[in-house]
Amino acid sequence: MAKAKVSFDDIDLTVNVPVGTRVIEVSEKVGSGIIYGCRECDCGTCIMEVVEGWNNLSEPSVLEDKVLRENLAGRHQRLACQAQIIGDVTVKPV
Amino acid sequence: MQYKGNSIVKEGKAVQLDDGVYWVGALDPDLRSFDIILNTANGTSYNSYLIEGSEGYALIDTVKAEFADDFFARLESVTDYSKIKAIVLNHLEPDHTGALPELLKRAPQARVYISQRAQSMLKALLKDSSENLEFQVVNTGEQISLGDCTLTFLSTPFLHWPDTQCTYLEEREILFSGDVFGCHFCDGRLFNDKVGDFRFSFDYYYAHIMRPFKKWVLEALDLIDPLDLRIIAPTHGPILRDRPRRYVNHYRELASNSLSGELGTNEKSMIVFYMSSYGNTARMAEAISVGAGSISGVRVSMFDLQGGETEPFVDLIEEADALILGSPTINGDAVKPIWDLLSSLIVVDLKGKVGAAFGSFGWSGEAVRMIEDRLRGLKLRVPQQGLRVKLIPNDEELEDCYNFGKDIASILIGKKKECKVLEFGEL
Ligand SMILES: Cc1cc2nc3c(=O)[nH]c(=O)nc-3n(C[C@H](O)[C@H](O)[C@H](O)COP(=O)(O)O)c2cc1C
Ligand code: FES
Ligand SMILES: [Fe+2]
Ligand SMILES: [Fe+2]
Repeated sequence: MAKAKVSFDDIDLTVNVPVGTRVIEVSEKVGSGIIYGCRECDCGTCIMEVVEGWNNLSEPSVLEDKVLRENLAGRHQRLACQAQIIGDVTVKPV
Repeated sequence: MQYKGNSIVKEGKAVQLDDGVYWVGALDPDLRSFDIILNTANGTSYNSYLIEGSEGYALIDTVKAEFADDFFARLESVTDYSKIKAIVLNHLEPDHTGALPELLKRAPQARVYISQRAQSMLKALLKDSSENLEFQVVNTGEQISLGDCTLTFLSTPFLHWPDTQCTYLEEREILFSGDVFGCHFCDGRLFNDKVGDFRFSFDYYYAHIMRPFKKWVLEALDLIDPLDLRIIAPTHGPILRDRPRRYVNHYRELASNSLSGELGTNEKSMIVFYMSSYGNTARMAEAISVGAGSISGVRVSMFDLQGGETEPFVDLIEEADALILGSPTINGDAVKPIWDLLSSLIVVDLKGKVGAAFGSFGWSGEAVRMIEDRLRGLKLRVPQQGLRVKLIPNDEELEDCYNFGKDIASILIGKKKECKVLEFGEL
């Protein structure tokens, strides 16, 4: 299975994950400060900053785009409960 | 009804609070509990305001559904529906939007103004009846004109829902603040210089409704501070026309850390709470605290939950940087005082604090994992896997406890561990 690296900038930790894993599946287990509310692309609580590897996350869905917009997300921000890791990427809490 | 004798609120009549500005809300003196979480010893009010401009009227918020008739009657005492140009929703909670669906039917020409974060909420609130509803999203600084007067919007989210905003009537120097500066206090004399003593109600409301959003309160106050204020008109309780600035300053005091400055500015505070029946979890707590305290820059405090009241502990936790909880496993669960403490924390902001759990157990040891899950649920980060010891900790296990405390303390002061790479399957 193809692998990719996700790094959490706030805790200086990298995890090798199968491609397609969502950030949410990893970040809580390792104790990163990214936080969650609904866990299903509705509330915007899980907005995270993508430090590097913006293009190595799955494209945001129409719904994710809407939640990002309504919650005034910045340019390099995504929903951690939605974004899937498809290549090496570094993220951190906002 | 209370205070009938000196009430200025009359059935079917609006109350004028300033030139071209009317109170068209409702009194609810019999309410004794609000939103489940608040006691309301003398009821509450739902304040809605009508503003007259040379080119039409604007309505700020509505009332709870049961009081729609009072509201419509007061509204009709000033104007008819066809003249309403704007409906501003500062807050979508049902106590202020209960009369909205009917109002939209009666005043279909009125445009609805809401904050950015209110959009999907408004749709969820109105469900089927919202299909053709047009609304306009407004942000800080945006204005609408009513001819000879102007409304300016202030985006003040999370006070106490994501959708909240305030609206400022520049020409009259009136701030329509939503639930901010409000309180559950029902008094037909309406104005802060006339009503009974509502200080307790004001602070109580802040403590239960606004306190979890302290950070957002401070951001909102930064927007409000520069405004000239003659009147603050909140959605509940007295209208603040006598020295309104006092309430702004009081909010700033309430939202500032009460104990800040007690610890050195660069010191981090870690609090260890535990319960213990035979002293095993207590011994672990001791070793963890000593270990954590060995890291300079971290101040550790340890408390046996058996000897304390929950409320002051909540204050301590609000100010702390790390919260470490120890519980034995009793009948497959952590003990009740731990859950009581955790369920009392909804009134404070815990985001980003470091959490951890530990405890002694006999055979299955569920407590530690359960506490960790709850800590994550409360939006703490749990960087270190919890520590469990079977029955009585020996010297080696106490050494593990010491190191556990030390590791968490190191994380707290941001001392970087060597950059680690883990495998997903091992997590
Ligand atoms: C004080 C208060 C706080 C709330 N906090 C949240 C929250 O954090 N997240 C959420 O999804 N809904 C929150 N809500 C919204 C309620 O869950 C929502 O209004 C729900 O429809 C109430 O259901 P009920 O009519 O069964 O009480 C809150 C409501 C109130 C009154
Ligand atoms: S947790 Fe609610 S949108 Fe991701
Ligand atoms: Fe509210
Ligand atoms: Fe309210």
